[in-house]
Amino acid sequence: MMLRLDHVTKRFGNLVANQDISFSLEPREISAVIGPNGAGKTTLFHMISGFLPPTEGRIWFDGQDVTDLPPTRRVRGGMVRTFQITEIFPELTVAENLRIGIETHMGINARPFVSRATRAEVARRVDALMALTGLSDKADELAGELAHGDQRVVEVALALSLEPKLLLLDEPTAGMAEHETDMMVALIKRLHAERHLTILFIEHDMSVVFGIAQRITVLDYGRVLVSGTPEEIANDARVQAAYLGGEA
Amino acid sequence: MSGPVARTAILREPAPSAITAGIALFNRHRVSVVIWLLLLTAPVWLPLVGSYIQLGSQVLVFALTAMALNILVGYTGYISFGEAAYFGLGAYGTGLFLKFVAPMTLPAVLAGVALGGAAACLIGPLIMRRRGVYFAMTTIAFSQLFYFIAEHWNELTGGEDGLAGFQRHAIDFGIATLPLHDADFYYFVLFFFALTAGIIAMLLRSPLGHTWLSIRENARRARYLGLRTDWYVWAAFAIAGTLAALGGSMEALLNNFTSPQDLYFIVSGNFVIMVVLGGMGTFWGPLVGAAIFITAQDYLSSMTLNWESFVGVLFVVVVLAFPRGILGLRRNGRNGTKRGQSGRDQRVRA
Repeated sequence: MMLRLDHVTKRFGNLVANQDISFSLEPREISAVIGPNGAGKTTLFHMISGFLPPTEGRIWFDGQDVTDLPPTRRVRGGMVRTFQITEIFPELTVAENLRIGIETHMGINARPFVSRATRAEVARRVDALMALTGLSDKADELAGELAHGDQRVVEVALALSLEPKLLLLDEPTAGMAEHETDMMVALIKRLHAERHLTILFIEHDMSVVFGIAQRITVLDYGRVLVSGTPEEIANDARVQAAYLGGEA
Repeated sequence: MSGPVARTAILREPAPSAITAGIALFNRHRVSVVIWLLLLTAPVWLPLVGSYIQLGSQVLVFALTAMALNILVGYTGYISFGEAAYFGLGAYGTGLFLKFVAPMTLPAVLAGVALGGAAACLIGPLIMRRRGVYFAMTTIAFSQLFYFIAEHWNELTGGEDGLAGFQRHAIDFGIATLPLHDADFYYFVLFFFALTAGIIAMLLRSPLGHTWLSIRENARRARYLGLRTDWYVWAAFAIAGTLAALGGSMEALLNNFTSPQDLYFIVSGNFVIMVVLGGMGTFWGPLVGAAIFITAQDYLSSMTLNWESFVGVLFVVVVLAFPRGILGLRRNGRNGTKRGQSGRDQRVRA
């Protein structure tokens, strides 16, 4: 089991954002969380990644109870997330952005000098990561000057630089043009296929969700409405009702 | 505003080739080559342009310190208005060593660096968690603390009158002696300036330097990568303080004198002005800023008692004309070529 949520509840005062949520993620599974606005998807993500503590319930990651661990400890354990609002290093080039992640993963950040061999190894990993994410031809461009879609790819690449076991993507295609969305979908599929990553993502675009996810969990009013394969979800009357009600 | 038009023109530049990349590389090094040549020949050409060698030494001393401050201000994104504390402690450490311990110049330099460096290392943990204005205010508070100590501890520091009664001594290398008169003292300072520049260049190429940049660019993101940013800020503060102490030590040797004025927050402000004038986060910016500042000060103070107003006006004009400092051309990604001075309208896009 890569990730398991055990009766997780989050209350803000009287508001119940998430109620009694239980689900799990097998290694190499790619799974989506969907739901109407306000269904509690982002709160759930914050709890999984450690930005919010649950009011009740436990969260297990890779065989360890991580409920009380801060975000950075979960990152070191191999659980890395991206953010809805792009978080990159804007006035550094794409290659420099990724170099920071890779040097962090190699644990050499505090070194005031490195050998030629280490420098070459860092450069090699940066190149490999840019090749994987299709950023090679933008290596020397400032990350903050890239198109929105490319900035999102940089953020995903930055997450990948830490070589996560579990990748959490918060609305990876939000605000993207159609061709950018296609690019991101292809990237996520490639990561799953080539890197054998376990991926959990929140998404609004249903074509993306049904195009990638092996399993879909639907939240409504903070509860799990239903969880199943894309076919099961597509034919579920409750889901259709929730979405018709939510989007009207 | 011509901004949008200029942007379009830039975007339509032809695709870069290996040749333009090569030229850009050469251009980058050409600046350094020219600067080193100018510095090495300064004792020859300074008198020809109506200046003098001591002024050149003074520029180097302040440039060294401003370059150190640039680590913190320009590369890590933390503004310190208290760098004079470590500059002044370096000066006192060297002066006190020469006066009370031994008349040996190099150990005295070490003593100054050790005193200022130790203070920066110890104060670092107390301020590294503060951000922005609070960080700046705390650095001022500590520098004023040292100022008042130096001013009131008459028996040791000479109080308000300053510490006199010491002087730099010739250095005996066995086979030769370096007398440390004006011209060779310039080269003595240039040696330490080069050492500092070398250390900073090395740091900026290292993972530590990359980490500083990431904190400047997006500290929240750096923390989420798992970096304990506070301690990297501490490292920047400690290294900047130690190198500033080296600058202070040179200042004491240059004047054979130091006083609480070297610890005063106005001096800290001057270092910040030099960095901003030349260009925060540019390698040679602080040197250019220091050269302009010292030259203007020297020239204007010979003409008017009110020279500080004119330096202030100069500063305002430069900052309005070059928001990123004189060398502060904004980086453009491709090939390291520089983009023009249109920092403000480029910001809008984000």
